[in-house]
Amino acid sequence: MNKRTVFKSWWLPIAFALPQLLLIFFFFYWPATSVLTWAFSLEPAFGGVGERLFVGWDNFREVFADTEYWRSVSLSLFFAFSATALSMFIAFVLAICVDRQLKGSGLFRFFYIWPYAIAAPAVGLAFRFIFAPESGLIAVVNTWSPDLWNPAKFGSHAMILVIVCFAWKWIGYNFIFMTAGLQSIPRSLIEASAMDGSGPVRRALDLQIPLLAPTLFFLLVLNLTESFVGPDTYGIVDLTTEGGPNKSTDVMVYRIVSEAFRGLNYSGAAAQSLVLIALIMLFTFIQFRYVERRVHYK
Amino acid sequence: MIERTPILNAVTYFIMFLGLLLILGPFWMIFAASTQSLAQVNTVPFNFVPGADFLHNLQAAWQRANLGPALFNSLVTSLLVMSGKVIVAALSAFAIVYFRSPLRHVFFWMVFLTLMLPLEVRVIPTYNIAADVFAPVRWLIQTLTGIELSLQWNLLNSYSGLVLPLIATATGTFLYRQFYMTLPDELAEAAKMDGARPLRFFIDILLPLSRTNMLALATIMFVYAWNQYLWPKLMTTEADYQTAMVAMRTLVPNINSLPEWNISMAGALIIMLPPLIVVAVLQRWFVRGLVSTEK
Amino acid sequence: MAEINIRNVRKSYGRTQILHGVDLDFKSGEFVVILGPSGCGKSTLLRMIAGLEEISAGEISIDGTVVNDLEPRDRGCSMVFQNYALYPHMNVAANIGYALKVAGVPRAERDRRITETARIVGLEEMLDRKPAQLSGGQRQRVAMGRAIIREPKVFLFDEPLSNLDAKLRVQMRVEIRRLHKRLSATSVFVTHDQVEAMTLADKLIVMNKGHVEQVGTPLEIYHRPRTRFVGTFIGSPAMNFFDSTIAPGGNFVLLDGIQMAIDPALGRDNAGSTVSVGIRPEHCRLVKAGTANSVPATVDFVEELGSGRNVHVDIDGTIFAVGGDEAPFFETGATVGLQLPSEHIHLFSRDTGLRLDDAPALKHNTNQSTVAA
Repeated sequence: MNKRTVFKSWWLPIAFALPQLLLIFFFFYWPATSVLTWAFSLEPAFGGVGERLFVGWDNFREVFADTEYWRSVSLSLFFAFSATALSMFIAFVLAICVDRQLKGSGLFRFFYIWPYAIAAPAVGLAFRFIFAPESGLIAVVNTWSPDLWNPAKFGSHAMILVIVCFAWKWIGYNFIFMTAGLQSIPRSLIEASAMDGSGPVRRALDLQIPLLAPTLFFLLVLNLTESFVGPDTYGIVDLTTEGGPNKSTDVMVYRIVSEAFRGLNYSGAAAQSLVLIALIMLFTFIQFRYVERRVHYK
Repeated sequence: MIERTPILNAVTYFIMFLGLLLILGPFWMIFAASTQSLAQVNTVPFNFVPGADFLHNLQAAWQRANLGPALFNSLVTSLLVMSGKVIVAALSAFAIVYFRSPLRHVFFWMVFLTLMLPLEVRVIPTYNIAADVFAPVRWLIQTLTGIELSLQWNLLNSYSGLVLPLIATATGTFLYRQFYMTLPDELAEAAKMDGARPLRFFIDILLPLSRTNMLALATIMFVYAWNQYLWPKLMTTEADYQTAMVAMRTLVPNINSLPEWNISMAGALIIMLPPLIVVAVLQRWFVRGLVSTEK
Repeated sequence: MAEINIRNVRKSYGRTQILHGVDLDFKSGEFVVILGPSGCGKSTLLRMIAGLEEISAGEISIDGTVVNDLEPRDRGCSMVFQNYALYPHMNVAANIGYALKVAGVPRAERDRRITETARIVGLEEMLDRKPAQLSGGQRQRVAMGRAIIREPKVFLFDEPLSNLDAKLRVQMRVEIRRLHKRLSATSVFVTHDQVEAMTLADKLIVMNKGHVEQVGTPLEIYHRPRTRFVGTFIGSPAMNFFDSTIAPGGNFVLLDGIQMAIDPALGRDNAGSTVSVGIRPEHCRLVKAGTANSVPATVDFVEELGSGRNVHVDIDGTIFAVGGDEAPFFETGATVGLQLPSEHIHLFSRDTGLRLDDAPALKHNTNQSTVAA
């Protein structure tokens, strides 16, 4: 899509774009180039000076040979799909209900958006309390039988905790987009369908869900990307489980950052980063292909 | 539309109330816990009735997490990111939409590609460049001319360091681009016929027209900046520049004694309040901005 | 006041050509209307004069100066857009005065001229309002005021009336014409509405598919369409056509086997060739079945217009519209006779669509303007 009329000047656009260009050069592209070089090279031994040693795919081989890495990959996948499914399902049900525009649904809508305002670490801290084994909401189950619930002890419980955190936070976001999607369905279509004799449930199934499909697909890809590599995942894990217990919530993002933090293995972390970037590109590509198609629904 | 579906309506309300419980429940628990004494908060099952220790807990949290300076830093950072982002985005989107320079597509794609380079995958190199911003410049000059410069600029533990990398993100640019695209072509044509040059058109027509857009972007960016965690945690090694979100870490209770969740939750409540207020009060703008960035 | 000369102007986007070499001359103070269906290139041509569109080839000059490379602000044109393109955040006064503000006209002078312009377009009471608070007609006036205030050499109108309702359109048409009389700047008005074109134009230009089909006064174009396209495009209902062969003598054509007399001066040179015969509905005559020189026809349906009616008749599968106030009423299904008066018959080449007697036409109308190839 282009504007029919544009202004003529060679230097003005450059001047206007310059602030952003400089910022992305320094804080995105220069670091990204470093990641690229690090992933394919090694620091000279014993902290020696001189050029980095080009080692080809060695760093990747090392990463891929590590069973811990693959464990982290599968944990990430499990986390991403569960959190996405849970969050989108709840948001969808709520959006459909609110879209019926019964009396007072505006008030519900007002509150449903709130979780999006809460930072991931805050959600993490709050849910760490709510789901704590010794106090909070769920602790009561441990009075029935000790250790029925203990995310600090059991990996599966810890995983459930981080999934719930992420899903809860993203209900707000998903809800916003789903209601917007439902609202963009022309009122006349709903009315036409009602004239054809369909009730609210029928309409939801035959009209709203198919027409919302593009939005749902968009959200699906976005949720997967965000839960897989997004900052929220890092924030939540860092404030709840710190990857534990026993690395059972050591998802890819958390692993990369903590490895880089410890400063042990830059090259390994860089190789893992590149894999993640490739995954994001894949997600974005799918998204983009799809966004192009989405135009037809509008 | 006249439609009588009493049973379905009841079911709908029931689900919506469940949803409300799910959404507001945690908020209530945070609040209730933050009002209780240490003994109360560790009662099982949890007592949902607020206690009397609210002020005391707030005070304790305030001291423990050093919230005074932390909140101030968060506020400064968020306001700077917000305004910086609005300005940078308005400018660069103008360059993309209203000129047909051959570099336009390159620029657009460069901005777009940043979406695929989240901070988590470039933590260390970004940290490195923040520690020494002019490294690439020195390197470039040295490779080109052989001259070694001693140009240095360290962003660690500074507001510039907290703010600049966050301004670089692409969302705002896309929001503005989207907005400019929706303006009719005739607007620019009329301005041209009226003799306005590009800068004049930008200042007289585009900026005033994008006021609502600005507000939408500002709300999003404020929430975004306030809720940043990894970057400030990484680059503020000195307590002076710590933001509230990073201070959250100090509120995680010590598990070796009776956990002081009441103080944790009081702190969490304070820290999460500003963005919550923005989203609640400016919800209309916030939602509009959010929905239109993703188109 | 300015003369506009357009020399062999072409426009192409990539490989698609929008304008195929247009030559036109507009005299100073003339009201020129460019008429054509959508996509014919009329708006593109206007926008090229304005400087909003690059000129791919050829030359446009205003007052003898080639303006190809001049920016819009340096051409002395002002323009009224189809959707008015008012600045939504400025009030009426600011909208009208914006060009002066840009040009750096001092405040007092600007205010004086805004007031004066507002008086001309009848908006004195509205100066503080925002465009959103105005009706369609008032917005149209603001757009006009914005164009007038600069005292331009040339006014350009890009379908300015098409967003108005029918009643307002008639009213604004009259006002535009009145305004032109008063300001007498050269005006170029683009439209797809033939009534607007006929009523406004000093000089009417009909365009189709990037070519100029005909240039002339509205009456010339109505009475002597130079091409079959012009014949169809002007007039409502559209001109009736049927294919026929000119009799060897050159004095009649056949319609459904019945001889229809034509002007022998026309037919003589083309005797024996197959042509496209055109006649306007308002020139056809319906008579009782069996009347001499009439073709038997069945009444297909009748459209009542109040002031008259259109009768559609069927001759062996070809539908003829017969119009005008006097068209007598006939029941649907009735058999009637159709007469085609020879003086109103137009003959066009079936291959090129060109009018057969075009060359003699030029002899009669020495004042006719340049006709593009």
